Amino acid sequence: MEVVGMKKENMRFEETELRLGIGLPRNGSATEELVVRKRGFSETETQDHTMDLMLNLSTNKEPTSEVDPIDNTKILQKENTLLPADPAKPPAKAQVVGWPPVRSYRKNMLAMQKSSNDVVGEENNAISFVKVSMDGAPYLRKVDLKIYNSYSQLSDSLGKMFSSFTIGNCESQGMKDFMNESKLMDLLNNSDYVPTYEDKDGDWMVVGDVPWEMFVESCKRLRIMKGKEAIGIAPRAMEKCKNRSY
Amino acid sequence: MNYFPDEVIEHVFDYVVSHSDRNALSLVCKSWCRIERFTRQRVFIGNCYSISPERLVQRFPSLKSLTLKGKPHFADFSLVPHGWGGFVYPWIEALAKSKVGLEELRLKRMVVSDDSLELLSRSFMDFKSLVLVSCEGFTTDGLAAVAANCRSLRELDLQENEVEDHKGQWLSCFPESCTSLVSLNFACLKGEINLGALERLVARSPNLKSLRLNRSVPVDALQKILMRAPQLVDLGIGSFFHDLNSDTYAKLKATILKCKSITSLSGFLEVAPFSLAAIYPISQNLTSLNLSYAAGIQSSELIKLIRHCGKLQRLWIMDCIGDKGLGVVASSCKDLEELRVFPSAPFGNHAAVTEKGLVAISMGCPKLHSLLYFCHQMTNAALITVAKNCPNFIRFRLCILDATKPDPDTMQPLDEGFGAIVQSCKRLRRLSLSGKLTDQVFLYIGMYADQLEMLSIAFAGESDKGMLYVLNGCKKLRKLEMRDCPFGDSALLTDIGKYETMRSLWMSSCEVTVGACKTLAKKMPRLNVEIFNESEQEDCDMEDEQRVEKMYLYRTVAGKRNDAPEYVWTL
Repeated sequence: MEVVGMKKENMRFEETELRLGIGLPRNGSATEELVVRKRGFSETETQDHTMDLMLNLSTNKEPTSEVDPIDNTKILQKENTLLPADPAKPPAKAQVVGWPPVRSYRKNMLAMQKSSNDVVGEENNAISFVKVSMDGAPYLRKVDLKIYNSYSQLSDSLGKMFSSFTIGNCESQGMKDFMNESKLMDLLNNSDYVPTYEDKDGDWMVVGDVPWEMFVESCKRLRIMKGKEAIGIAPRAMEKCKNRSY
Repeated sequence: MNYFPDEVIEHVFDYVVSHSDRNALSLVCKSWCRIERFTRQRVFIGNCYSISPERLVQRFPSLKSLTLKGKPHFADFSLVPHGWGGFVYPWIEALAKSKVGLEELRLKRMVVSDDSLELLSRSFMDFKSLVLVSCEGFTTDGLAAVAANCRSLRELDLQENEVEDHKGQWLSCFPESCTSLVSLNFACLKGEINLGALERLVARSPNLKSLRLNRSVPVDALQKILMRAPQLVDLGIGSFFHDLNSDTYAKLKATILKCKSITSLSGFLEVAPFSLAAIYPISQNLTSLNLSYAAGIQSSELIKLIRHCGKLQRLWIMDCIGDKGLGVVASSCKDLEELRVFPSAPFGNHAAVTEKGLVAISMGCPKLHSLLYFCHQMTNAALITVAKNCPNFIRFRLCILDATKPDPDTMQPLDEGFGAIVQSCKRLRRLSLSGKLTDQVFLYIGMYADQLEMLSIAFAGESDKGMLYVLNGCKKLRKLEMRDCPFGDSALLTDIGKYETMRSLWMSSCEVTVGACKTLAKKMPRLNVEIFNESEQEDCDMEDEQRVEKMYLYRTVAGKRNDAPEYVWTL
């Protein structure tokens, strides 16, 4: 493999890493390579073997919208191949009439629902930073709840964040256990720390009662409370555990 | 049998129910044809232009139930321009004139005007059942007429229609005396509903088994309705939006617990997050679940719900369930027979499903016989595995969102994969192809798919041979539809007799020319060969060499139709 060829592939890879949409022509030498990936394929065709690029690059075929469906097909059939489509890339491909074959009724329904969900969704954007305070710590931290998928992931992260302020492992372990819903009851009496959060209504709640997703939606800030102050909250937590219906 | 008096033969014929069997009976001899005619109660007409309404009425005077289909299937995907046809009015008019005692009318892809609904409602005293699927042209005024005038109405089933809302009170038009409702589906209506009228209607319909609400019915109304109708078997929920902490939610959960007969659930056009737990108590009874319009349900919630649905036979969902979610379906729903996975975002959705999900399903659900699967990619290996695991497919429709995508692992066309499907599934009646495909796949289809009745092709094939393999090989083919395929005149004209054995042929953006269509039309007087000329030029003269953009041909005994719009040229 020629070094030059390799370089070209690498450049393309890096470039696509940043690309989220239709490649706009940039000034400078990179323009030609960016225009359409299928150009890249025909370059590889000149070598004796076709390159299996397998780079998860975005797709070869990006017919422009001016191409009519028949020509489109021909282009597709010819240069269709070797580059697997990158699912994460939004489509730059032409939207052919009637494809994919979804009934217009269904399309309209989804469009209608999407637009009404968007209104609701504006409140739930893609990031969700909340302040985290721990009693006794000199300063607060901020975490983005949306990057975690579960209480245990959050607790791991918080444990790491605040480990310098806790005495020994057992306390951070205790906090980890707190985040574990099922161990909450066992540990309420034993540990000094109670993780709590302020919800949308302004109430302070114990972490771990509700499903993770629900917690993320409603949590405004986190406070890791030290034992004595937690006495007021803990009994409420115990009641909640009893009343939990699922 | 000819020694028996007519009454005896009639009695025997009562046991023969299916359309094709009855059709066969009528071909045996003249007397059987006569007897069959007069005793025939249910007629199915797959193409409303294949026969005239007058001829229908003349032949079957005892008709009680009529099913009609109008526009070609590809009309669903905006490929048929507006105004093509499929008007139901002439049918209702003819039936009304002849005093046929119509009780049931089922229409698909037809144009239904308010006038036709009005005429329908006034003309048939015993009218019981109206089912409209993918129809258009009517408003809530037409529904009001049906509600008001059909005294013995049992079923009003509106599926995926485009209905103009006139903000009337159509539901209130059901008279107090109407207590016969068994099925009411208005999920596709966009407008508001008189909730009080709905509740009262449900309260006085003790036989109500199926109820599908639209989005405008809120949860508190739903709860009251369910209290009145715990006998429901099929429920379509409109809005499921509520505060989880509210009394309403608590009441709803309690009410749902009482609905032990519900086996079919659909809708959720609007959903509150995390609210599906209310459904868990009845999930284990569900045999049919349609969440394909429930855009508000997160995949994690969906998966949790499905774990409870051990008896599911039919599942319609969106692809946000993901491959993993399909794995859960495979392990939870061992009785699954029909699966439809729709695209939640037809273009470039990273959460879409792939071949992995389908393979998982095939391994867990051996009873699967109907599939509609919109996916991101497919491999030959996966299709071969699926073919081995599920030899019982009757309907297999695969749609790879990227229409000409090859097998991503091998970069090969998907010929071998589909070939395996048709070879293994000996009972296959309907097949839709997608992905990169050469003539080879059509050779396989021609060789093995001998029960195939309907084939849909897009962006596939290499030469006329492809189409010929299919026309020659598939003896039971009834409907063939293709778009953007390189099939041309030679393929079209090689076996013209074939088209009289089929219901219809659709070819768009292929390589057939005007001249070939003209030749075909001339040689086959019992076919209507329609060409759509959508060009702006008024005086565009169709040269023989010109390529035809859209052609639709169908067998008919009714001759050229007289309601075709300007752009349709019947050759």
